[in-house]
Amino acid sequence: MKNFLFELKEGLYISFKAILGNKIRSVLTTLGIIIGVWAVVVMTMAIRGIDESFQTGVASLGSDNLYIDKWAWFDNDIPWWELRNRKNLDMDNYNQYVDLAKLPLAIAPSVWTNQTVKHEEKLVEFILITGTTDDYIKTTNLSFEQGRFFNELESNGGRNVAVLGSEINKKLFPLGDGLGNFVKISGRKFKVVGLLEEQGSWVMGNFNPDNQVFIPIQNIFKYFHSQHFRSITINVRAANSQMVEDVKEEAIGIMRRVRGLKYSDRNDFSINQQEGLLNNINQTVGVIQIAGLVITGLALFVGAIGIMNIMFVSVKERTKEIGIRKAIGAKSRTILTQFIAEAAMLCLIGGLIGLFLATVTSMIIAQMDFPSKITPDSVILAISVSLLVGIFSGLAPAYTASKMDPVDSLRYE
Amino acid sequence: MNIITIEHIAKIYQVGMEEVHALRDVSININKNEYVAIMGPSGSGKSTLMNMLGCLDTPTSGLYNFKGHNVSLMNDNDLANIRNKEIGFVFQTFNLLPRSDALHNVELPLIYAGVGSTERKERAAAALDNVGLADRMHHKPNELSGGQRQRVAVARALVTNPSIILADEPTGNLDSKTGEDIMTLFNEIYSQGNTIILVTHEEYIAEHAARIVRLRDGLIESDETVNKRFIPEKKESV
Repeated sequence: MKNFLFELKEGLYISFKAILGNKIRSVLTTLGIIIGVWAVVVMTMAIRGIDESFQTGVASLGSDNLYIDKWAWFDNDIPWWELRNRKNLDMDNYNQYVDLAKLPLAIAPSVWTNQTVKHEEKLVEFILITGTTDDYIKTTNLSFEQGRFFNELESNGGRNVAVLGSEINKKLFPLGDGLGNFVKISGRKFKVVGLLEEQGSWVMGNFNPDNQVFIPIQNIFKYFHSQHFRSITINVRAANSQMVEDVKEEAIGIMRRVRGLKYSDRNDFSINQQEGLLNNINQTVGVIQIAGLVITGLALFVGAIGIMNIMFVSVKERTKEIGIRKAIGAKSRTILTQFIAEAAMLCLIGGLIGLFLATVTSMIIAQMDFPSKITPDSVILAISVSLLVGIFSGLAPAYTASKMDPVDSLRYE
Repeated sequence: MNIITIEHIAKIYQVGMEEVHALRDVSININKNEYVAIMGPSGSGKSTLMNMLGCLDTPTSGLYNFKGHNVSLMNDNDLANIRNKEIGFVFQTFNLLPRSDALHNVELPLIYAGVGSTERKERAAAALDNVGLADRMHHKPNELSGGQRQRVAVARALVTNPSIILADEPTGNLDSKTGEDIMTLFNEIYSQGNTIILVTHEEYIAEHAARIVRLRDGLIESDETVNKRFIPEKKESV
């Protein structure tokens, strides 16, 4: 064991000299590993970032929620035209459901429209305005930075009050004086009563609460479009996850009644769930992961071949050295160790450079609001991947070297 | 004390379809503190014999006993061990590692012997001092003259206190003055109680030895003890 440590140390020392002795060659050879490790780290980083965003995005919907909708989010069994031909859900449907439903914790209708939101000279265009009632807040996990959601009085009375998502707030009120101030939504003046905390979900895009404005649903119908222009969504929250299935069953029953369906009719509404979204996301992330794995695997494989090739050259060049070492007592194992150590060291250097570049890349990406972060496990990943590739690609050349005949290799010029 | 006992060894190489008998039937004994020169023209088998003696190669048939161990039956690892601990090589082309300084070159056999860093450096430095290179320890081979390089090689051969020093044409790449210096160094080493086997085809180099073994066509032609060592004296070859 002690001998092995000395041999390993000598192997590393010699590799270090050999690598320094062939600087350009070493750099060119490690390029493959640099790119490979860079790809591995950036890829895992990106995948994790995307996944986390999806998860937080989905979590912000709440796992106990159901969404009764004209549209099915993920059900590919129902043809698109059938969905389109369904009757819109309207406020009457909502009111009847509220009257009949016993199980849900909270129920709120919601409908959307895209409008321009303005404060003095600042404006944000094509913003998702969600119209809803005061109960909406009970169906979500939204939290407030300042202020509150609009109350029953404001909701029922159709007052011009608005709750702003954090991004909108930042853009319109960079000084942070939004609460109590006024915004104009396509020319209509609304008082800001609440500012949401940042939810930080990148994937939800425009559906991210950060980019939304909430106003009483009455006002949508009053100012922007009629009740029947667009189907509403009924947001339903169950008391807990165990209740979700019961709430769903009850909702189907009530909705069939409300919509006046016959026994033989198919449902002309869909009950959507976060679960469907999650499945979809996991599938997507899974595909990205596999694609990433294949691409980075290929990059590393090409890198490994490069290292293997140069190690074979190195072994050939140093035939005489191998002969000398064997003559003065190096065992086959010693020579094997030495060349594997050299390949591993080459790869490790490449890996560290790759890791450095990946860190720089992640910083640049982070500037562009794309989620990515370097974590300790990406460091461990980079180091272990490059070491593994090094050992793998050094194996065959090192074996060749270790099996060389001392007499022949001493005579080699 | 008997170090090397060789009985009827032969070495046959397969070159293409042909069998080459490099050594046919060689028997030889070498005792402790002997100074033996092995001579012979090229093709006589002296290099093959040297490779056998140096445990770099094993014979096709016959018995090779090194200090009571049967070398003929050894595997690669055992051979490496015996080369490391019992044999010190000095080559015609010095065979130093070009990227390492003198000290590290001399340390190398000790690394393979598993000697700790501090002791290793001390012993390597002492060995270099012994060959008069105490001030050249951190020079690379290309910063040293031919004679100095060969001295480093001698220091490397001696540093493990081997049972035999095996020198293959040690002066072959040196001018005659430097060659003489190296031979003087061998004489000193010999007088310190070491066993030296010298392979050469130069008569005047062989005459430093106390015993001359002549090979021809894979057989021993003569094996004679020269009593008057160190005194260069022209002799008729047998």
